[in-house]
Amino acid sequence: MTAALTISNLQKRYPNGVEALKGISLEVAEGDFFALLGPNGAGKSTTIGILFSLINKSGGSVQIFGVDIDENFPLAKKSIGIVPQEFNFNVFERVIDILVTQGGYYGLPAALSQQRAEKYLQKLGLWEKRFDRARELSGGMKRRLMIARALVHEPRLLILDEPTAGVDIEMRRSMWDFLREINVDGTTIILTTHYLEEAEMLCRNIAIIDHGLIVKNSSMRDLLQQLHTEVFMLDMATSLPPSIALTGYSCRRVDDHTLEVDVDKGQTVNQLFSLLSEQGLEVSSMRNKANRLEEMFVSLLGPAPLEAVDES
Amino acid sequence: MNPNEKWVAFYTILIKEIRRYLRIWPQTLLPPAITMTLYFVIFGTLIGSRIGEMGGFTYMQFVVPGLIMMSVVTNSYSNVVSSFFGAKFNNSVEELLVSPVPNVIILAGYVMGGVSRGLLVAIIVTCLSLFFADLEVKHFGLTVAIVLMTSVLFCMFGFINAVFANNFDDISIVPTFILTPLIYLGGVFYSLDLLSDFWAGVSALNPLVYVVNGFRYGVLGVSDVDVGFAFAMLALFNVVAFSFCMYLLNTGKRLRQ
Ligand SMILES: Nc1ncnc2c1ncn2[C@@H]1O[C@H](COP(=O)(O)OP(=O)(O)O)[C@@H](O)[C@H]1O
Ligand SMILES: [Mg+2]
Repeated sequence: MTAALTISNLQKRYPNGVEALKGISLEVAEGDFFALLGPNGAGKSTTIGILFSLINKSGGSVQIFGVDIDENFPLAKKSIGIVPQEFNFNVFERVIDILVTQGGYYGLPAALSQQRAEKYLQKLGLWEKRFDRARELSGGMKRRLMIARALVHEPRLLILDEPTAGVDIEMRRSMWDFLREINVDGTTIILTTHYLEEAEMLCRNIAIIDHGLIVKNSSMRDLLQQLHTEVFMLDMATSLPPSIALTGYSCRRVDDHTLEVDVDKGQTVNQLFSLLSEQGLEVSSMRNKANRLEEMFVSLLGPAPLEAVDES
Repeated sequence: MNPNEKWVAFYTILIKEIRRYLRIWPQTLLPPAITMTLYFVIFGTLIGSRIGEMGGFTYMQFVVPGLIMMSVVTNSYSNVVSSFFGAKFNNSVEELLVSPVPNVIILAGYVMGGVSRGLLVAIIVTCLSLFFADLEVKHFGLTVAIVLMTSVLFCMFGFINAVFANNFDDISIVPTFILTPLIYLGGVFYSLDLLSDFWAGVSALNPLVYVVNGFRYGVLGVSDVDVGFAFAMLALFNVVAFSFCMYLLNTGKRLRQ
């Protein structure tokens, strides 16, 4: 099976001398839900901009479903849908016209464009707004308008650059649900984000980019397993004794009913539970303390490279 | 894209362009009607009656073709420059740039959008001129050909201006400092016979001279310059402008980073 996207040794040097990409390589399989994660200025939008043809690469190669962009960019473009980071529609146009026009740019007959526009405006909850001028939409609606616009020609690969930046939490979740749904229906999705939670919630595979280099490229599961220590918070059904010791584990008593335990790689939670049962302690529920991905990031890149997850 | 898809894309851009200038008609269609009526009244009727004959016609008959061409030129130019710069300014030009539409179709769509406005204004102004002068078109085919070539040419000039412009001032500099002087010195209001040899020679470098005289020949049957030559010059300017537009689009200069 050909990959949806293959990037080899991609480089970009801007005219002002900034080396935004220092030779990155990536492969995204068809059907994948892929995250390109990295702090601001890492080179995410530059990478995406090259795929969109808005930025000319300085070196390397890109293939989209096996089509090299240097050989036949127009053909490659037909199979991708694009949601840029910044709004880029004419705010004086009506919502429906923006979508139908987009269909025309991909050569769809007017009737089909109209039908697709209706389908995706419905799905993204914008159908009631179809005759509004784009400037009358809220920020979240504008973002959804761009997603609908990207889908009018029903691309096999959807690429989104920070789709949920500045979108409130509720809206973000419904957008996630929508993206999962079209991914299940067969659309390959690549998104960039600097929200750790987003990548963790949505994506199967991930590449972490920093200063124009890929510092990590693996499946989400492998990435999470590589963490040395996971910190669990245990809510106890029975009240804890004033002092507690579990052989092999370092643990802290937070309060009467809460215990914090570090589980190292190689240790198992089963072992921990049997130790607790031996002491007659019952656990009612447990959860992860820190965002594990965040820890991963810190260990890869040094402290605090990312913004808080819920900044908006 | 196959030919059918290209046609759909072209048609989509054209319709979008037409919808744009019709929506803002008080800024696009009304001003030329008002300005040209004023020209007809002042130069044709009030002052023209004292000037007498020019090139064998009443002054009114002499200026009308030039004034029609003047509105074709300015409207073709400003339609493409404002529309394309506007799209660049609000980034909606990216919708086209990221799509599979070939560059030549992008250019054709914007240019034909401008041509449609140029022709519409030409028709409006011609109808208005009939209140002031009797016009009989001598060579209809030639007249139409000159109007089309002129409109296409100035649409492409507008496109080039839009590609290079960084702000709204930049799109008014060219019309004010280049286009208007060229139009006024292009023989709209006088016959080149009135000029000294030197200034007549300088005028030969002005594309508007060929535009105005070619059109005047089409309508009145007289011209200050050889019509075949005017036609050839206009064609040459078109080829050069087209090549430059395609160069800009293919290299992505000032459109892609
Ligand atoms: N047009 C440009 N000209 C010069 N430098 C740029 C340009 N766009 C981005 N950069 C620089 O390239 C680097 C990567 O930027 P970008 O790809 O936008 O990062 P991200 O999307 O990950 O936040 C940054 O250092 C940024 O300042
Ligand atoms: Mg970015």
